This record gives sequence, structure tokens and C-alpha cells, in this order.
Amino acid sequence: MSWKLLKYGFKRSHDEPRFFPEPKELKSHYDVVIIGGGGHGMACAYYLAKEHGITNVAVLEQGYIGGGNTGRNTTIVRSNYLTPEGVKFYDTSVKLFEDLSDEFDLNIFYSTRGHFTLAHTDSAMRTMRWRAEVNKHYGIDSEVVGRDEIGKAVPYMDLECAGHTPVMGALYHAPGSVARHDAVAWGYARGAYNRGVEIHQRTRVTDIRTRDGRVIGVDTDRGAISCGKVISMVAGSTPRITEMLNLPTPIEIFPLQACVSEPVKPFMDTIVVSGSLHVYVSQSSRGEMVMGASVDPSVLHSTRSSFDFVEGLADQMVDLFPFMSRLKVMRQWAGMSDMTPDFAPIMGKTPIEGFYLDAGWGTWGFKATPVSGKTMAWTAANDQTHELIEPFRYSRFADFDLVGEKGAASVGH
Amino acid sequence: MKLLDCPLIGRRPISEFDYVGEVRKPPVDCDTATWAAFVFNRQGAPSVLRERWYHRPTGYWFILDRDTLTDEVKAIVDAREVRYDIPA
Repeated sequence: MSWKLLKYGFKRSHDEPRFFPEPKELKSHYDVVIIGGGGHGMACAYYLAKEHGITNVAVLEQGYIGGGNTGRNTTIVRSNYLTPEGVKFYDTSVKLFEDLSDEFDLNIFYSTRGHFTLAHTDSAMRTMRWRAEVNKHYGIDSEVVGRDEIGKAVPYMDLECAGHTPVMGALYHAPGSVARHDAVAWGYARGAYNRGVEIHQRTRVTDIRTRDGRVIGVDTDRGAISCGKVISMVAGSTPRITEMLNLPTPIEIFPLQACVSEPVKPFMDTIVVSGSLHVYVSQSSRGEMVMGASVDPSVLHSTRSSFDFVEGLADQMVDLFPFMSRLKVMRQWAGMSDMTPDFAPIMGKTPIEGFYLDAGWGTWGFKATPVSGKTMAWTAANDQTHELIEPFRYSRFADFDLVGEKGAASVGH
Repeated sequence: MKLLDCPLIGRRPISEFDYVGEVRKPPVDCDTATWAAFVFNRQGAPSVLRERWYHRPTGYWFILDRDTLTDEVKAIVDAREVRYDIPA
């Protein structure tokens, strides 16, 4: 125990500033209301205040800060996507992530590990080569590597994969990283708060009011607010929000589960993903193996977790890492993934004036936290969809102009 | 282990089933915008969805009304109820 902490414990009054202040009453009007106090919502509030000088902003969160999918993902940050639109967008995000600890004066434990996406079949190898070439074209550090290189970097992995699906090669992405997801949301939230943004936790939006196709306010379980602009950044709750406006979307909600093992000594310094086996794993800074798989098979609005998930995951994981059969699963959980047909987000303006959507984050939302906040803040401030997110616009489905990012989803769905 | 009632042989592990999705009637002879809406848009909010499922071991297709908030099966639906005529 540090001397400072001991002294602090014996003091009568504890005057350390709260990370987040006590909640205030809601005001009757805000310029911008952000629904959802996760990473994306907080990042958007932060950039609205910092880069556009818009500080009369309320972030309304039905639970607590970062308690939704921000706190439920497996924290992987990468930009080795398949489409040019995706690559440019996620690369901007990775670059923003790299500076966040300094910007927040808060350690987000951003740890660059190197990211292997294993290929077990010829067709997977073909996709890896395709991704590597698209990535290199846009200046992303990404290359196809063979079994020897994988064996050197991940010597404890069984490249034969228990004999039935041998690893043929991998896409290696050196900038692939992990970060402490809670700290990302907290850092943005503190930065936004310090610039005048109000954060209201345990405040649920019950309706969005419009007049002549324009947003005029929101109703909450703590009273009504008038506002000119509403930005919905609620991931798995998106259909509940868009239903208030009768705004149809292609989004379907599937639970995505993850788990961690008991902590063990650090041995794994890379991130390993296998699309064919539907698993991904990294070791956290506490030593836990953080493991995830693909989404649950049927639509469900729930964060319940299931034994079937752990059983299925362990089955595949033990093929790759036989020694993991001796590890115990310490914790498992689920988040609600808002899946889109083309595995790309839906961002920007909508047919309703003053209503902006940041949704369709499915299984790929955490890594986009900084860039989503930045581009959505720009979009709301200028009432014009930012060029980086133009390919992800709401109207792309009606235009039959989809993005086609499925080949770069971390695991098959 | 999560179980689902197969209308043919009773309660089986969920891993034996394939989820197909909501049973929907396609619009016929419509404009492009209506067709795009049918192809892409979905009932995303919590509701009772009429869904098609497939039980792999028996090769049996069936239709359920399921509450997507509570995961509760409300009814097994006769396929004749959702049939529609294809115009000549």
C-alpha cells in the first residue's frame, strides 16, 4: 500500500474529486441530446465540445457509463478490413487510439500486440491475400504469413489444430492492439464533462418528439427536454429508438457472448483469431485469457449467457491451444449486437431532420469508438454526413449500394 | 443446455436447430423502393416474431411464434397459415 493511500484512508474528509460528478436536474433545453453513454456517445460528446465548441449537450444513458457493449467487448483494435471504405475508416480510428492515453491523461492500457487471423482453408487464404493487398494499398501494415512465421510467434499453438483443420497461413497485422475498454469511455466522459457536457446516467429515453419531419425534443423517465438535434448511439438498443420514429432499419439484434479464464502468468503477447473455427483470444494485462466467438444463432434482446457458448468455444479453443483444457472459465457475459446485412455500420443523417444515427455496430464497434465520435460530432455540427462515413449512410440499402465487409468480420457469422 | 421443442420429436438441444428468420410475404409487382425495403429492413425491436426454424437431425422445417425479448415460444404455427399464392 502506498504512503499516500494510507494517509488518505486516515483522513476525516475525502476531498479527491469524483471522476464523475453527482447528477444534476435535467435542463429544459439542450442544443444536442446524445442517447447512449457508451464509448461512442462519450466520444461524440467530447469531440462536439472540443472541436466544434458545442457544449450545451446532454448525454442520456439508461444504465451507467460504459455498461453496455463498451464494457462487454473483447477490446481488440485493428484496421485490416476488406473494403477500401472500411480500411480508411478503421485506420483513422487506430491512429486516434494510439494518442488517447496522452490526450486524456488517463492510462487506457493501449497495448500493441500484433494480430494473427488464421486461415485453415484455401478459400480463407485467398481472402487473406485479398485483404493484405487492399490494406497495403492504403498504407496499412498487413501481410500474409506462412506456418513457420506463425509457429515462431505463437509457439504454444498447435498448427495441426488436432489434425482436422491444419493452419495453412495467416493475415498478420502488426498494429493490432487491445485496450482497457472502460477507460476509453471514462476518458472521453471526463473530457466531455470538463468542457461543460452534462452526463445523465439512469435516464431512459421513452420517446422522441418530431414536428413536420424535424426533431423537437425527447421524453425521458425524468421529464421532457426540448432539443434541436438527437444523436442515437445505442448499439443493441437501436431498434427500440428507431421504432419511436417509425424509421425502418435492417438491424437485427443477436447476443454476442465472451468469457475470460482465470488469470495465468503472461505468455501470450499476440492476438489470435480463427475465422474458420469462430474463435478469438488474447491475454489481458491481468493475465486472463479473453475469449470470444460468433454471435448466437437466433434473434434475442437479452444479455443472458449460455453454457452452449462456453462448450462450443472450448471445443474449438482446445484444438488450437491444447493446454487451455486445464484453465477454468472465470466469468462469461453477453452483449446485444446490432447486426447489419453488410457487416458495416449505419452512420450519419437520416430522413428525419435533426436525427442522426450511429448504429449497426454488430461485433465491430469498440475499435471504431474514437473515429465514430469524431465523425458523428462533425456530422451533427455541420448537419452534413462526414465524407469518411458517407459509404455507411442510412440510404445505402434503398440504393442497393452495400459495403460488403463480411469477409473481414473477425469470425464467421 | 438450452433446449427447444421440436414439434416432431420433442425437446432437443438448441445446437441441433438452424434459425432461418422471420417468415415474411414478399411484395409482388412492386416498385424498387418497396422491394429494397422488403429485402433489407427487418422488425428489429423486441416483439413476438413469426420465425422459421429447421431441425437438422430430422430434416424438419417448422414455424414458431417467439417472443424475442424473453425467448419464450408462444405458439407452433401451421405452415398452411403462412402460405400465399404465387401469381402466374
